[in-house]
Amino acid sequence: MSVTLRKLKENFGGALFDLGSAFGDDFAVVHKDRIVEVSQALRDDPDLRYNFLIDVTAVDYPQRRPRFEVVYHFFSLPLRHRVRLKAPVDGSDPEVPSLVPLWKGADWFEREVWDMFGIRFAGHPDLRRILMYDGFEGHPLRKDYPVNRRQPRVGPRN
Amino acid sequence: MALNTPAGGFFASRLDRMIGWARKYSIFQYPFVTACCGMEYMATACSHYDVDRFGAGMPRFSPRQADVLFVVGTISHKLAPTLKMIYDQMCEPKWVVAFGVCTCTGGFYDNYATVMGIDTIIPVDVYIPGCPPRPETVLDGLMKLQEKIQMGGGGQGSGNWAADN
Ligand code: SF4
Repeated sequence: MSVTLRKLKENFGGALFDLGSAFGDDFAVVHKDRIVEVSQALRDDPDLRYNFLIDVTAVDYPQRRPRFEVVYHFFSLPLRHRVRLKAPVDGSDPEVPSLVPLWKGADWFEREVWDMFGIRFAGHPDLRRILMYDGFEGHPLRKDYPVNRRQPRVGPRN
Repeated sequence: MALNTPAGGFFASRLDRMIGWARKYSIFQYPFVTACCGMEYMATACSHYDVDRFGAGMPRFSPRQADVLFVVGTISHKLAPTLKMIYDQMCEPKWVVAFGVCTCTGGFYDNYATVMGIDTIIPVDVYIPGCPPRPETVLDGLMKLQEKIQMGGGGQGSGNWAADN
């Protein structure tokens, strides 16, 4: 077991639903309310030093309860290891705490997740759409967004 | 005065031909480049294929100075109003070339973000298929456009000429 998984298990055992290693990459499924705490520990622990937030994204599993999973990828530039955190989020009112206070780079990632999946980030300084335009309705990467729905701003509508 | 001529009389038809000839060799294009097709546009424009041979070597980056709008690359719904505005700003006579399948039909994109062919927004004179089109196809399209300009066709984007017919 890698040092990351061992530390996570020791310090945050109660906040984890699952942890392990898939195809050589560590992952942990974390309670969404503890995500800030856990990622801060990943960043500040001298044995872990995950100083690079590579990506924030989400997955929609329409059959699962809770429906969404917000996924974070971290990398440590000094120690050259990486870990993936996943936070299950309920579909009815999806909201997770924002990581912008810890990593400025989380800003646009979280706006993208809001735009595409409609998951809100509590404490985000400026949560607006980033890819789609103002006036766009819905969140296109949700599995229940109709695959044929088009919302043109000029030209024919359907 | 009319000496054995088609409609318009001898003088007017000669004048039209001359104007058409002058226009087709002084194409000032506005390259509206948004995506990967832009690389092929650059390849065509540079010295190896050299669009200057066709009098189209001088791109203008102001729509008010351009005659031909080259729409090169995927157009998203977010960008569509900008494309329409650029087209509206061009002075007549003006022509539009759809460069690559993305602009012709939406190409392999069939999703919430992409315009399914720019002819849903603005009139198109010449369609150049390919993903991206080879420079030879682009030059073929350019010559089709010249033919159309010479014959006084289009100008406001009437009629559809595909580069391969
Ligand atoms: S037609 Fe192909 S090469 Fe051209 S913009 Fe579309 S995807 Fe890119």
